[in-house]
Amino acid sequence: MEVNGEIYRVAGPVVTVIGIKPRMYDVVKVGHEGLMGEVIRIKGEQATVQVYEDTSGLKPGEPVMNTGLPLSVELGPGLLESIYDGIQRPLPVLQEQMGNFIQRGVTANGLDRERVWEFKPTASKGDEVKGGNILGLVQETKNIEHKIMVPPSISGTIEEIKAGSFKVDETICVLTDGTEISMMQKWPVRGPRPVAKKLMPTKPLITGQRILDGMFPIAKGGTAAIPGPFGSGKTVTQQQLAKWSDTDIVVYIGCGERGNEMADVLNEFPELEDPKTGRPLMERTVLIANTSNMPVAAREASVYTGITIAEYYRDMGYDVSLMADSSSRWAEAMREISSRLEEMPGEEGYPAYLSARLSEFYERAGAVNSLAGLDGSITVIGAVSPPGGDFSEPVTQNTLRIVKVFWALDAKLSQRRHFPSINWLTSYSLYTQGLADWYSENVGSDWTQLRDDAMDLLQQESELQEIVQLVGSDALPEDQQLTLEVARMVREYFLQQNAFHPVDTYCPFDKQYKLLKSITRYGEMATAALESGVPMNKIITIKSKDELAKVKFEEDFDAALDVVMKKMDEEFAQIGGN
Amino acid sequence: MTKEYKTIVEVSGPLIFLEKTEPVGYGELVQINLPDGTTKRGQVLDTSADMVVVQVFEGTVGLNEESGVVFSGETIKLPVSKDMLGRILSGAGEPLDGGPRIIPDKRVDINGASMNPYSRMPPEDFIQTGISTIDGTNTLVRGQKLPIFSGSGLPHNEIALQIARQAKVPGSDEPFAVVFAAMGITNEEAQYFMDDFEKTGALERAVVFLNLADDPAVERIVTPRMALTAAEYLAYEHDMHVLVILTDITNYCEALRQMGAAREEVPGRRGYPGYMYTDLASLYERAGVIKGIKGSVTQFSILTMPGDDITHPIPDLSGYITEGQIVVSRELHRKGIYPPINVLPSLSRLMNSGIGDGKTRDDHKAVSDQMYAAYAEGRDLRGLVAIVGKEALSERDRKMLEFADLFEDRFVRQSRDEDRTIDDTLKVAWEILAELPEAQLTRIDNKYLDKYHPAHQKSE
Repeated sequence: MEVNGEIYRVAGPVVTVIGIKPRMYDVVKVGHEGLMGEVIRIKGEQATVQVYEDTSGLKPGEPVMNTGLPLSVELGPGLLESIYDGIQRPLPVLQEQMGNFIQRGVTANGLDRERVWEFKPTASKGDEVKGGNILGLVQETKNIEHKIMVPPSISGTIEEIKAGSFKVDETICVLTDGTEISMMQKWPVRGPRPVAKKLMPTKPLITGQRILDGMFPIAKGGTAAIPGPFGSGKTVTQQQLAKWSDTDIVVYIGCGERGNEMADVLNEFPELEDPKTGRPLMERTVLIANTSNMPVAAREASVYTGITIAEYYRDMGYDVSLMADSSSRWAEAMREISSRLEEMPGEEGYPAYLSARLSEFYERAGAVNSLAGLDGSITVIGAVSPPGGDFSEPVTQNTLRIVKVFWALDAKLSQRRHFPSINWLTSYSLYTQGLADWYSENVGSDWTQLRDDAMDLLQQESELQEIVQLVGSDALPEDQQLTLEVARMVREYFLQQNAFHPVDTYCPFDKQYKLLKSITRYGEMATAALESGVPMNKIITIKSKDELAKVKFEEDFDAALDVVMKKMDEEFAQIGGN
Repeated sequence: MTKEYKTIVEVSGPLIFLEKTEPVGYGELVQINLPDGTTKRGQVLDTSADMVVVQVFEGTVGLNEESGVVFSGETIKLPVSKDMLGRILSGAGEPLDGGPRIIPDKRVDINGASMNPYSRMPPEDFIQTGISTIDGTNTLVRGQKLPIFSGSGLPHNEIALQIARQAKVPGSDEPFAVVFAAMGITNEEAQYFMDDFEKTGALERAVVFLNLADDPAVERIVTPRMALTAAEYLAYEHDMHVLVILTDITNYCEALRQMGAAREEVPGRRGYPGYMYTDLASLYERAGVIKGIKGSVTQFSILTMPGDDITHPIPDLSGYITEGQIVVSRELHRKGIYPPINVLPSLSRLMNSGIGDGKTRDDHKAVSDQMYAAYAEGRDLRGLVAIVGKEALSERDRKMLEFADLFEDRFVRQSRDEDRTIDDTLKVAWEILAELPEAQLTRIDNKYLDKYHPAHQKSE
């Protein structure tokens, strides 16, 4: 289906070509160097192409070749542990081919054609198969089994299926109609991969971070936004999520961010260890790096490349988490291309379709039943970088309209050394209701109540704080002083978590439950004691209360907590509360 | 190649439109021959089979339809060579110092190519600037891009010069160079820089590109790219550590906006083009360290915030690309403090990888955190004192208030030629921290108190 035409006009990354019989979003090779581009507008004979590489020196009249295919990624074994640019060219391969700077006109396969994989068939001759069915297994990394699936558009009866060592593009299965299937398939990035059924997210993504799991949970298959103002600890939060969340695969997209920061990610991720298996975290990670000075059209494509890879693993029945850092840069890339096309701008120069594109992207998240009949999910966590810290700007606002969870990182909290510096008053999660059943089954029937009470307490605290600032805390009635004290315990004992402490870095749900319940128990006993006339200073100076602060750091949490709570009962009995 | 076209159909601002040419490459360098014999240079902005649009660098005064246009057949390239050191060039790369033309070692496309993120080394070598507010609390590292956010009438030029003079990596004598690019600054300012370079002998290891206020604005678009091309050449091919000073980024962005308007583009925020983020990134990102190569490019740009407004698109977009910022404060300047750097809004994102044991000193981070916290509190209290008076403060608060004054007077203030080593800087820091009650030094570990606190030293 290759058609040859020529360049008519060049203006920056936008090139007009004639004679290629284009379809929208066909990939074309532009000029003598074969620069990669994509058709984004058709008008009569002319097609407008956005080129992923620098167009300096391109001339009208140079040849253009239409591949007749949309922008696609290669899917198959070897994706994990890879580091790609926005259009799935492996960065280490680019470095080998052209040195430290990215020159143009270089192509590189997303998957290594030489590497050999051991394929174990699970389907057999005569089986009736259709798109998404599993043909066999490949051990991709130590802990991840890659399921080789029939490409979504193919169905038929297996004539022959092989076992043994193959390269990704070698045939492993032949259908009776002669269709040959290899371990690699291609998928156009701009459209979602098909699923049998979309499911309601009903399971939480367990991250081991108390403020996330406990207060503002995200469901597996959910969407979250995380704003990243300067110095708010976004990187640590993302790394904690990558390390501890109970997903099988992590896809990290560095979209339009700083080169030196990306270098840090590229250096650090391979050194991180998966705490559950002790293996390098990279073995279940795909990194996509498109820094701010790399071509803007490739930046626009990078989030689609990432989510398509995520969908592929979801189809195998895995839980995938995808982090896009930052979706604001992606939106800016859209704005830039739109302005080159001289489209009528919407708010702040962003194209009118900004909101539609954002929701299309986030809609590719979700919990699904795949074509193979397996349950998988994609959880999307998108960072937004509002200019001037102004949350009313279009990208943040349009994102917040779509996502269900908002983790408001707060630079003021991090300056006060409250970590993770997620503001408990401005953050929200809309999954708490949907997950309520899961909590009462798996955590405790009173969990939702405990959480709501704690949130209520924090809300009361913030109101009381305003009064305290005017008149001082001594002027408050005793019961309100107690409210402040218990709220402080919730903040310091429960919400604060030390990512660098070997025990505290990960907090299982059971421990979160017990910890919060103990704090609440103190609150109840203290209120009762106060009502029966015990003086305030006796209640807040009991020793077990301070000891409760330290239990979260104990290896044997349950035993330590028992000791503390017993002591608390005794102490309250002594001061005459209960 | 040398064919001359006389097919200009329209001249509009800095742009000329030509018809009926052979195919012309995008971004090609163009020479324009005026009827009076003078020549101008330009660059192709838009090329099609019917029409070519050229932006003229030297302005379109005297241009008419009789003028001839010659296309060079290549994009703008800078002839580079090690002999560039010590030379003064125009904003378009022509010698201004009366010296000979530079005999090129090679000619390099000024747009550069983007560095493969996989080839980058995370920067971590501490650069000592001799200025406490930078070394102590906003440490610069090799390969970083750290701009000065300033305002008109503030001494940012003096700070930049002091850094250019004093910057070094302690204990290293690796070759060091300065590339200085002036964009739209006045002749007087440029003269100030040149005099200082000459006086201190810095010119020998500097390459200077000058685009002055009365030079055409369009040329400003190429000046920083020329400078960065020279810097990359010296860094990555001659293993030099290059400090690039670009001044003033605001003028550059104004030129960008002017070009956008001339091209009748759809404007973005405050009339600046929608691609300004990407355009600025293509400058700022040309800093860094490459695995396996000794040299490095560090950027120290100056940016004057219009109306001291840090949320203006220029500082705002810059802040999202650069690794922090040094903010010059009008308030401190009015108090007569030099360098008037306000550490609170300043930030070096790469600081933590450049400090600590083996790089600066083990107590560096703790000391810096403590000073930040105490100074922030002290400044807040100043507002309170204005309302309730000093007498109403607690003893502790009074100490904090005094600390803020001490911090500005002893730590921030230094003379224009005072080159403090990192040990000097930390010594001053401990001296002023010692004025606070020890119980207030909560950010500092006891072991550092024992090791460095002046009171502990005397008791030994």
